[in-house]
Amino acid sequence: MSTQALASSWRAYRAVMSARLREALQYRTAAIAGMVTQVFWGLIRLMIFRAFYASTAAAQPMTLAETTDYLWLVQALLLLMPWRHDDEIQNMIRTGNVAYELVKPTDLYLLWFARILGGRAALLLLRLPLIYSVAALFFGLRLPASPAAAGAFALSVLAAFLLSSAISTLMTISLMWTVTGDGLSRLTSTLATVLSGSVIPLPLFPDSFQTVLNVLPFRGLMDIPFRLYSGNIPLVDRPRELAFQLAWALGLMLLGRFALQRGLRRLVLQGG
Amino acid sequence: MAAALRLYLKYTLVSIRSQMQYRASFIMLSAGQFIATATEFVALWALFDRFGAIAGWTLPEVALFYGLGNVSFALAEGMARGFDLFANLVKRGDFDRILLRPRSTLLQIGASEFQLMRIGRLSQGLAVLIWGVLTLGLGWSAWRIVLILWAILCGAAMFAGLFVLKATTAFWATESLEMWNAVTYGGVETAQYPLTLYEDWFRKFFTYVIPLAAVTYFPALAILGKPDPLGTSLAFQTIIPVAGLAFLGLSALIWQVGVHHYHSTGS
Repeated sequence: MSTQALASSWRAYRAVMSARLREALQYRTAAIAGMVTQVFWGLIRLMIFRAFYASTAAAQPMTLAETTDYLWLVQALLLLMPWRHDDEIQNMIRTGNVAYELVKPTDLYLLWFARILGGRAALLLLRLPLIYSVAALFFGLRLPASPAAAGAFALSVLAAFLLSSAISTLMTISLMWTVTGDGLSRLTSTLATVLSGSVIPLPLFPDSFQTVLNVLPFRGLMDIPFRLYSGNIPLVDRPRELAFQLAWALGLMLLGRFALQRGLRRLVLQGG
Repeated sequence: MAAALRLYLKYTLVSIRSQMQYRASFIMLSAGQFIATATEFVALWALFDRFGAIAGWTLPEVALFYGLGNVSFALAEGMARGFDLFANLVKRGDFDRILLRPRSTLLQIGASEFQLMRIGRLSQGLAVLIWGVLTLGLGWSAWRIVLILWAILCGAAMFAGLFVLKATTAFWATESLEMWNAVTYGGVETAQYPLTLYEDWFRKFFTYVIPLAAVTYFPALAILGKPDPLGTSLAFQTIIPVAGLAFLGLSALIWQVGVHHYHSTGS
């Protein structure tokens, strides 16, 4: 591909991303309502964890302060979760309008990936600053452990973002096989909810669980960035953790692209 | 009243029959919900594995709170799903159709969809509840069973009341409805632990504003036969769940106000 062609296709993906972003930004009231709900939820979780920490004198893999940071970051960055597939693409697959997507002179995988990334970025950008500042001002969320931790956190959130979008895109593509059933995508979100650390911080699971938790991609969504933030992951391990996230993101993107090609081959369009 | 009940039953049966047309999907959805709530319980167990206890309460004791909260919520969710989705009806202007029929709007919305898949959360909560009672060696006296059923009935009424209130706000605003999740889903989450561990303002909110404590915390103490750290008597703990029924009644009254306020979006 020539540089000119590359530049023009990048422009196309960027346009799709930003259109989706602006669309999602229209729903401001809903975003504020969502924020209030999440702060309330975060407070419930915080009180529960405080009570747990107050019940034991034994040293834990995470201090209460680190857990507090972690719990608030879960709320602020909850939209990093690969909740589900993209509804509009699901409709396109169901109605056969996906045909129009095939006509477009762009790589279909990247097109869908860009849509999903853009839609999620908008929602995230709306909620993150609000929840973060409320939690930091009133409810015990600390600043990053150090400037280096802040940098690692920022990079790691970006990687988590790619990973999450890769998972969502893969779930969307899976709909080409099961048109009615979003069973797989529901199951994946369920697993991701617990295995990413959004229910309880992963280090607090029993030690025997850790081996499994460590190899699955889901900790790249939340656990890694949030522990980098509070300094719970030591300095030397940072490159390895980032590489872990990126490797999974890239692997799942390649898998998605492969699955899409297979799916398109057996695609039967309805309607005319 | 009897006619209304018969109609409700008929609606429910139709709804169940239509869901049974997609049997595989129903089984998948229910199993999915069972797995989702079960993994939450695994997380709860993991915390007890690490911390031992919470504010002096053990896991089997907390299992009782967890079970009561989830079973009540699942029942309410299954029966009052129509209210949960009510905002869409208002947005499309479809509420007009319902107003035209010579039957109570509450009945029609409530019966519009009986969500059978909630059996996933229900059975999971029930299993945890039973496990808790067995592990604590409480025994199944008739009195205890009546208490449990009473608490579940009143709890389901309380949560159904919340869904009715959520739907009522849709008459005024449809964009901010997510806030109700703070007290519906937030309510179940809160109910899963003894109320004593929360901060004072929060405890008061879920006691006096929303009578969550009345339908979970107090009856759970009566079922456990454990003295209340807050100092209430057994008689109080047994009677107070009635507040859940009263809450549903009050919600129904507020609903009527909303219905009078309704202006159609037209078509």
